[in-house]
Amino acid sequence: MEYANLRRQAASLKRSLFDQGYLDEQFCQVEDLQDEASPNFAEEVVSLFFKDSARLVANIEQAMEKYPGDFNRWDAHMQQLKGSCFSIGASKMNNECTSFRNSCGEENAEGCRRSFQKVKREHAILRQKLESYFQLLRQAGPTRTATRPGGK
Amino acid sequence: MSSVAGGGVVGAAAAAGGTSGGAPLHVLAVDDSSVDRAVISGILRSSRFRVTAVDSGKRALELLGSENNVGMIITDYWMPEMTGYELLKKVKESSKLKQIPVVIMSSENVPTRISRCLEEGAEDFLVKPVRPSDVSRVFNRVLP
Repeated sequence: MEYANLRRQAASLKRSLFDQGYLDEQFCQVEDLQDEASPNFAEEVVSLFFKDSARLVANIEQAMEKYPGDFNRWDAHMQQLKGSCFSIGASKMNNECTSFRNSCGEENAEGCRRSFQKVKREHAILRQKLESYFQLLRQAGPTRTATRPGGK
Repeated sequence: MSSVAGGGVVGAAAAAGGTSGGAPLHVLAVDDSSVDRAVISGILRSSRFRVTAVDSGKRALELLGSENNVGMIITDYWMPEMTGYELLKKVKESSKLKQIPVVIMSSENVPTRISRCLEEGAEDFLVKPVRPSDVSRVFNRVLP
């Protein structure tokens, strides 16, 4: 009963992440790749994402400090981060990365700084929420199949 | 189980399958993004291919030089030092490697980029995020 309750909580949290735009369908695609041979595949990929994205965020921050006005360089770094966000379905982060890149295209340094703060904020929020989600899943124990929000 | 944490070369054995009756096809996945390497490896593993994932064109060529059993290459287009296009060219210029089918992946849908890769001999060009259905479609068409 307790495990069922934990799974319900995890499903509810996941649904809210979709409803609030933090995640998109690509996250479900990643979860769908889980099987008996790789039961924690999604958590492993997300863990890789946060390890990688923390490094990329630091690179961008350093680039913005060391190379002021070098929008091509800033954009190149952000392109990498955006790609990773895209691959795991980190929708809000992806959108903020796009805003940053748009500001780079306009050579709008202030716009870049504002967008970058949003990227960092969304990164922190998403990390916290996904850590909670996977913690619930670990406590709930293995299930047969991943589910999409809405119970499909 | 496929493991693609970190850079470098990571190999994994999948369950038998992926070919029409022999050992699983060995697919070399090339992507500088650890996240994308993990995802494409997961997709290929779920399709019962044997996967080796590397983080650069240079490492891909090193592996291709030392192993004779790679049956397919799937590579990201945009990588530092050597792009997927440059890797494709080197494969197609090599008498030893040119028969290996190469599929390019990219997060950007740029028609001129796609044409250039196909003209150079790529079997297909997949826009990320790559889905299992993309892999099935391409591999079923390309492989005997």
